[in-house]
Amino acid sequence: MHEFVQYILSYLDSNQTPGAAGNIFWAVVYVLLVFAGLSVAVICMNWLERKILAHMQVRLGPMRVGPHGLLQPIADALKLLLKEDIIPDGADKIVFWVAPFIVVLAAFTVFVVVPFGPTHAITDMNIGILFMLGVSSLAVLGIVTAGWASNSHYPLIGALRSSAQMVSYEVAMGLAVVSAVMMTSLSVDGGTLSMIGIVEAQKEQGVWFLFKFFPLGLIAFGIFAIAMVAETNRAPFDLPEAESELTAGFHTEYSGFRWSLFFLAEYSAMIAVSSIAVTLWVGGWMRPFPNLLNGPTCDLAFSLIPGLTFVFLAGMCFFNTVRMPKHPLFRIQTIGLAGFGVVLGLIGLVMFVPAVRIRIDDIFWFSAKVAGFMYLYIWYRGTFPRYRFDQLMKVGWKVLLPIGFALLIATAVVGMRTELWAQVQEVLHR
Amino acid sequence: MNPVTANPPVATPFFFYGLAAIMLIGGILVITRKNAVHSAMALITTLLAQAALYLMLYAPFVAGVQIILYAGGIMVLFLFVIMLISIERNMKERQFNRQWLVGIVAAAGLGGLLIAVYTTTTKGAVLFPEGNVSYVESQNTQAIAGLLFDRMTGMYMFAFEIASLLLLVAIIGAVVMAKKRI
Repeated sequence: MHEFVQYILSYLDSNQTPGAAGNIFWAVVYVLLVFAGLSVAVICMNWLERKILAHMQVRLGPMRVGPHGLLQPIADALKLLLKEDIIPDGADKIVFWVAPFIVVLAAFTVFVVVPFGPTHAITDMNIGILFMLGVSSLAVLGIVTAGWASNSHYPLIGALRSSAQMVSYEVAMGLAVVSAVMMTSLSVDGGTLSMIGIVEAQKEQGVWFLFKFFPLGLIAFGIFAIAMVAETNRAPFDLPEAESELTAGFHTEYSGFRWSLFFLAEYSAMIAVSSIAVTLWVGGWMRPFPNLLNGPTCDLAFSLIPGLTFVFLAGMCFFNTVRMPKHPLFRIQTIGLAGFGVVLGLIGLVMFVPAVRIRIDDIFWFSAKVAGFMYLYIWYRGTFPRYRFDQLMKVGWKVLLPIGFALLIATAVVGMRTELWAQVQEVLHR
Repeated sequence: MNPVTANPPVATPFFFYGLAAIMLIGGILVITRKNAVHSAMALITTLLAQAALYLMLYAPFVAGVQIILYAGGIMVLFLFVIMLISIERNMKERQFNRQWLVGIVAAAGLGGLLIAVYTTTTKGAVLFPEGNVSYVESQNTQAIAGLLFDRMTGMYMFAFEIASLLLLVAIIGAVVMAKKRI
């Protein structure tokens, strides 16, 4: 027993990821934490998407279940679990059964290497970014097989569209990623594919890769930002499930729990590609301006932001508690909202404790950046009309791919400019 | 970048035999299933298990490329094509040909060769000298890049470029044959 406690405690001083330290106990803890956090994030995202879309379209969105529809995602989840699970008569049973699990596995496995902080990752792989791209590209297999196994026309069309779309945009995505990986090779200890290494390269070079070699980094990020929307089958590239044309695309025949797996996978894939973008271009877990504003005062000010965010959310809850209708029917909802505010406020207060503050800081900034990307997803959905399929292919192959190639060469040339210039001088002086 | 402390490998035989079993079962399913989509999915399983075997050999880069290219890229195109073929007709067709004799001779020859190799190595004769596996997983990617692109040690640059040129020729050839007018 004592040895076990020692084993657990030994990790705390190691200052490594559990994978690097080889500590199985903490690896399992991290896996469970990431899984739970992800599920909560998907639930929050469900509510936020409905609310934000509704407000963009001047509606109210869900208002009935809980104050401001806060309990709506829970009600939805219950409904999905209780719903009858239908497998169509002509469907290929095994493939139909396996397909949602392929999608979910691909979407969740990716999070093994996502760096929430220098030590807050399940593990750090030497091929981190390659692993993320590879495993997330397996999701398309699930989508294709789901569409085919349904033995129905609309899902098959959706699946075909999906495979063509994801294969096309993976190419442009890869080129943008390579350009960022090339930027890491300018660090002292050489280039790296590891997710933690990429963020540390940005720290060392003192600039987010978004602004490196302006505007090259920005263009690479732009290509990735477009390709990642197409990769996750979201509006305006949601042709595989275009509800106005194909009912629901590849998951038309799915219902109940299986459908909810597709839903879960879609949102966690969105979070996964957003975290690739955050890691590669937006500085990962680093707070804004770690080099420019780096005095003790600034450090303190920035480390208070996580707590203040939660306190602000609690304040919003209390503000709305006051504004709730005073009718007795709303009493339980009002008390519930106030209780939720108290919980958020307590979380915020805990985050002010110095010991918690320094440990939670990196996770907060990473999550905040990812949340920004998730908001962009909703924003795109609310504002852009859907592309036609030929337009989608045109953008992928005729616009993003050539720009990606040009960008790759330009990044290489700018990165090697001193060496190239030395070569030119040598030739001239010969 | 991050020098990973050399953790000793854990339960190597367990993982090896597990993965080998998955690969074999997948491979057998590929040829015995009548439905082409089922075969493709079994093939994907085999390829993924193979990627895991590369990981066991401390070659994460090769494993990653295996997943991206084969499981994520080529197999998706396979499925894409298979789905456009009507499965109903496939189901009625005869699956195996009748060349039992040739098959048995080939299988016996290959099996005999494998047994011969196994028995000679266990007797002490060194047919395949044991390689020194370095447990430094973090250097694999750089080592491959060195073999390909380094000025001093880059021996495989030409072969690599020739292979990629061949693929390019295949792509252009496919386009030329498919398009009536370019």
